[in-house]
Amino acid sequence: MATQSTKFNPRLEIRKLTGSLYVGLFILCVLVGVVGLATLLISVLVDGLPSLTLNFLTTKSTSRFAEQSGVLSAMAGTAWIMFWTALFTVPVGVGAAVYLEEYAAKNKFTNFIEVNIANLAGVPSIVYGLLGLAVFVQYLSLGRSILAAGLTLSLLVLPIVILASREAIRAVPWSHREAAYGLGATQWEVVRSVVLPAAVPGIATGTILALSRAIGEAAPIVVIAAVVFITFVPATPLDRFTVLPVQIYNWVNRPQPEFQGLAAAGIIVLLVMLLSMNAAAVYIRNRFQKRSEE
Amino acid sequence: MKYIFFTCAVLSIATTVGILFSLASQAWGFFQEIGVFEFLTGTTWQPILKPTSFGVLPLVSGTMLVAVLGALVAVPVGLGTAIYLAEYAPDKARRVLKPFLEILAGIPTVVYGYFAITFVTPLLQTFIGGLPIWNALSAGLVMGLMIIPIVSSLSEDAMVAVPRSLREAAFALGATRIEVALKVVVPAALSGIVAAFILAISRAIGETMLVTIAAGARPNLTFNPTEQIQTMTGYIVQVSQGEAAHGSVEYNTLFAVGLLLFFMTLAMNLAGHFIVRRWQERY
Repeated sequence: MATQSTKFNPRLEIRKLTGSLYVGLFILCVLVGVVGLATLLISVLVDGLPSLTLNFLTTKSTSRFAEQSGVLSAMAGTAWIMFWTALFTVPVGVGAAVYLEEYAAKNKFTNFIEVNIANLAGVPSIVYGLLGLAVFVQYLSLGRSILAAGLTLSLLVLPIVILASREAIRAVPWSHREAAYGLGATQWEVVRSVVLPAAVPGIATGTILALSRAIGEAAPIVVIAAVVFITFVPATPLDRFTVLPVQIYNWVNRPQPEFQGLAAAGIIVLLVMLLSMNAAAVYIRNRFQKRSEE
Repeated sequence: MKYIFFTCAVLSIATTVGILFSLASQAWGFFQEIGVFEFLTGTTWQPILKPTSFGVLPLVSGTMLVAVLGALVAVPVGLGTAIYLAEYAPDKARRVLKPFLEILAGIPTVVYGYFAITFVTPLLQTFIGGLPIWNALSAGLVMGLMIIPIVSSLSEDAMVAVPRSLREAAFALGATRIEVALKVVVPAALSGIVAAFILAISRAIGETMLVTIAAGARPNLTFNPTEQIQTMTGYIVQVSQGEAAHGSVEYNTLFAVGLLLFFMTLAMNLAGHFIVRRWQERY
């Protein structure tokens, strides 16, 4: 035995110790993310809760006085933007997904479209803002309006909707399509009455997630709408507007500490909106999964 | 119907063309007044105050400084997180931790800006005397926190894709768990991990609100993280928020800077996708 151990010494103790040290290090890494997120949320809650009053939620004016400022105009702007973004993104995104999954031939052009969509997803959001400024605000003369911003954000989140819709469409079993073809349905009839109805929950989930991305974006909106005081609730799609993230940015930039409290309260409102949208998406997905298992 | 769907799909190409065309056509006016060479190599960015000077390097250095600081945080932390989640974490822990960390990716960036300026900067000021309110360090650290989930989830996907048989072979040869993780799984997943790093840095370069709020608005050719700087995205926001007049030089600089930003992120994203496709180990 003694001679064997001089020939081969596995040094198991020290290797196991190294292993435990590394695991400790990895857990520390996980903690950085977890503690960072917890600190962020707690600091926002501590700063913002005192300013989060009913008055704050129902006041329009973003005046020079902190106690008379509220988020009503910004929430109205955010709701408008959501509406227009959804209106443009859903039909176009689903249409593109149907084409790529059901109609497109496997050729270089289709491949080019796919690579292009993947790259669009990586373009910084502020570049979309510049696109919107040049094309929608100036060239199409929509002005710094809700419509221009809605169109810009729908281009921004289009890759998300296309990706989610493609996955939902791909998940519809081939046997369903074949059954419909067997009954004499045309391709369009199969898409309309078999594929799309089955894919609706997946598409809805993807759309909600895309919209939650859209309403958190401040950079493209600043480029399109600038940072101005909007002391009214916008009434038409061609009105000027502000949205929650831009209103928050506006308040963060003020030197007076009262406005930091308003910014934090605005952040709480924004996060609650995002959280409920994500919860809705998860709920739809779970409900759908359960039903398909039955 | 086919052609309607086809039009929808082609709209994505039209978007890319639109981005390129709108950026290039507006930047063209700028480059006719100020040469491309002067723009790319000049070391002073002073577009409004006279004497004007249009060297973009201070904005590029500011952008890179924050991105590198972010990467210094996110690359080791994200990789460690990914190894833990892929190789060690019990099922229950993973099911709680993954969605929790995904929240980091879903928080609007203006919130990170608020966090950096109201929490991280004052905290840093207690350690570093004379640290200005706006500085690259605070923005970079919070940027790191923000891109952790990009690094960790893409790296984890790459590691989970490494087949079990490779791990079992190493275990059979007497390797310990950490040796399997570091000497078998990580090398086998390296292409995916490197791509994750590149995509995360590309995201950091294009990030806007966080750096606009926390890093400052002074173009500054420096690599000292405790100084105030301005990034390319920060410049675009600074000019946009005051509604630059259409056709002015100031307005055109937006598109020149935007065009450079677009090409920088495009190059990194293409490199990331290329690495995944070219060097992916296939099993």
